[in-house]
Amino acid sequence: MNWSPAVVLPLVLAVRVMAASPSASAECLTCHDDKGANFKDSVHGSMACTDCHSTIRAYPHQNVAKVQCDTCHQDPVKGVSSSVHSQASPQACQGCHGDAHAILPATDAKSSVYPTNLPRTCGKCHGDAKLAKQHGLTQVYTEYMDSIHGFALTKDGLLVAASCSSCHGSHKILSKKDPASKTNIANIADTCGTCHAGPKQDYLAGIHGQGSTTGNTMAPVCTDCHTAHQITNVSTAAWQMKTTATCGKCHREQVETYRDTFHAQVSALGYIETAHCWDCHGFHDIRPPTDPKSTIAAANLKTTCGKCHSGVNAGFVSYQPHADRRNFHQFPLLFTSSVFMNMLLASVLGFFALHTLLWLNRSLAERRGKK
Amino acid sequence: MDLATTAPIAEPRSAAGGQPENQDQGERYYARFTLAQRYLHGFLAVTFLGLAMTGLTLRFSSAGWAVGLAHSAGGFGTVLFFHLFCAVVLTGAFLVHVANVVYRIVFKREYGLAWGPNSLVPNLKDIRDFVQQFRWFFFRGEKPKFGRYAYWDKFDYWAVFWGMVIIGFSGFAMWFAPFFARFIPGSWLNVALLIHGEEAILAVGFIFAIHFFNTHLRPENFPLDLVIFTGRQTEEELKRRHPEEYAALVAAGELEKLRVAPPPRWLCNFGRAFGATAISIGFVFLGLMIAAFLRE
Repeated sequence: MNWSPAVVLPLVLAVRVMAASPSASAECLTCHDDKGANFKDSVHGSMACTDCHSTIRAYPHQNVAKVQCDTCHQDPVKGVSSSVHSQASPQACQGCHGDAHAILPATDAKSSVYPTNLPRTCGKCHGDAKLAKQHGLTQVYTEYMDSIHGFALTKDGLLVAASCSSCHGSHKILSKKDPASKTNIANIADTCGTCHAGPKQDYLAGIHGQGSTTGNTMAPVCTDCHTAHQITNVSTAAWQMKTTATCGKCHREQVETYRDTFHAQVSALGYIETAHCWDCHGFHDIRPPTDPKSTIAAANLKTTCGKCHSGVNAGFVSYQPHADRRNFHQFPLLFTSSVFMNMLLASVLGFFALHTLLWLNRSLAERRGKK
Repeated sequence: MDLATTAPIAEPRSAAGGQPENQDQGERYYARFTLAQRYLHGFLAVTFLGLAMTGLTLRFSSAGWAVGLAHSAGGFGTVLFFHLFCAVVLTGAFLVHVANVVYRIVFKREYGLAWGPNSLVPNLKDIRDFVQQFRWFFFRGEKPKFGRYAYWDKFDYWAVFWGMVIIGFSGFAMWFAPFFARFIPGSWLNVALLIHGEEAILAVGFIFAIHFFNTHLRPENFPLDLVIFTGRQTEEELKRRHPEEYAALVAAGELEKLRVAPPPRWLCNFGRAFGATAISIGFVFLGLMIAAFLRE
């Protein structure tokens, strides 16, 4: 055998690569130096090239197989393959974790999946109008970024604020239609409750939570009132002004009768200093009036009305904030008054309109006659 | 022209009141309304406009113009403040008027105020006049010979009178709801808001359309009848508008007791400015109200 360098060098290289030592990686870098730039600082920096590129045994390479992340990361890969992203890309992992040779630990502030960076990472696809349209998705990225969560996380860097994965999970993201999804209506309260434990507790005690947990799909969950991605600071007047319409999506009749009141008139003018739904009914633990703990239970009305009105008494709280002047059976006095007033208006104004027109006609005729 | 009779009319009022209007020189003027009555109408008109503007803003609060008005006024608090302020002034004027009428009838024994040709209380003649007026409308007879107050004047008066009682009571019941709720059930407060708003819409519609036409805008008086501002009418006006009253005054020989100086020019101009402003504001809000109604 001719041990010429042309034969020996590849052999030596192959042996050293098979030995899979860091020094062996150095050999790889003689050709693949572009991959090594950030590799040392990456989470995989202590590993050898062949740990992942495990099918490479010799030079020149044969049978270069795709790297299988699940060799080590079994659960995450299993999760992704059963998620909505299973069909997303042949290199699903890199889609979120970035360059395979520069992956940083998720706890590193420079990582693409570090909480403050995650929205922009997800936004690469979910902020793309074309892609969103293609997959029938709403444009959640901008909505989220302007929400209280998005603002707190990406502008102020508050890690307590919800990032995408806080609600959707990370690897096993499921459609909200899937009962196992964190965003399925049956699980929303738990998902939000991970951080908002107090509101969750109140919600579950109230009529909405009761309905939701007993399988009433009409009962609202957190996102029905707060929205999913456009969640706003509830102490702003702008948000509070919208609440009546929000409640009205389900409680149509009650909003109609509310509109007949002075409370609603002040509100419609754009002022918050008046009773809105939640001022009287509460918000997370809304209870029916039959519940003694309800803010609108007969025994609690003086306290509830007294939040705004001074000197309330039994007569005062017997005012009907949802009286319906079209309902004779429940509100006979109001109904009768309404019919009477309508008739009075129609007859007086109608009669005098006629009187005026006849008069005008006659006066003009007289004028013409004089000329 | 008889100078001997015109001389005494250049009374203190004319001397103090400035130049009379040129065109009216030589006309004989007779008093129709006292200064107090003219002030009453003035207070009524100003506070009614204030109440209507602020009240309609609340009643049609979902209309864009109402929102704009409330914000430009400085907020809902300002709107409500002016509403209540005008309500207090109007209530005061109303109570003074009622007290004055009662005093004159009961203590001064002016029973003519309560019943008779010069009273605002409707009588049989008003019904006859009313029927005759319709005959006249249809070219089937002469114009009725009205007395001091025509039937529509009386309707104007009593509509406003009872309107103020109803709107006033319901308004104060809501303003001082906890107090009133000691005597009335809470469901009456629901009725209070309903009739307060409906009766107010009736009042606004009536004043801004019917009263404005009957009194000011009809061809005979167009564009403004200044008598409520000057308190005086010419002999021709008295004869034409209130023939029965004129005849009675002449028969009793009391016509000349009512003789006054011609209204000074400033007073006529003031009346024109006031009346034109009131009618303009009234028409704007009548239009806005109708537009809001059609949209509801």
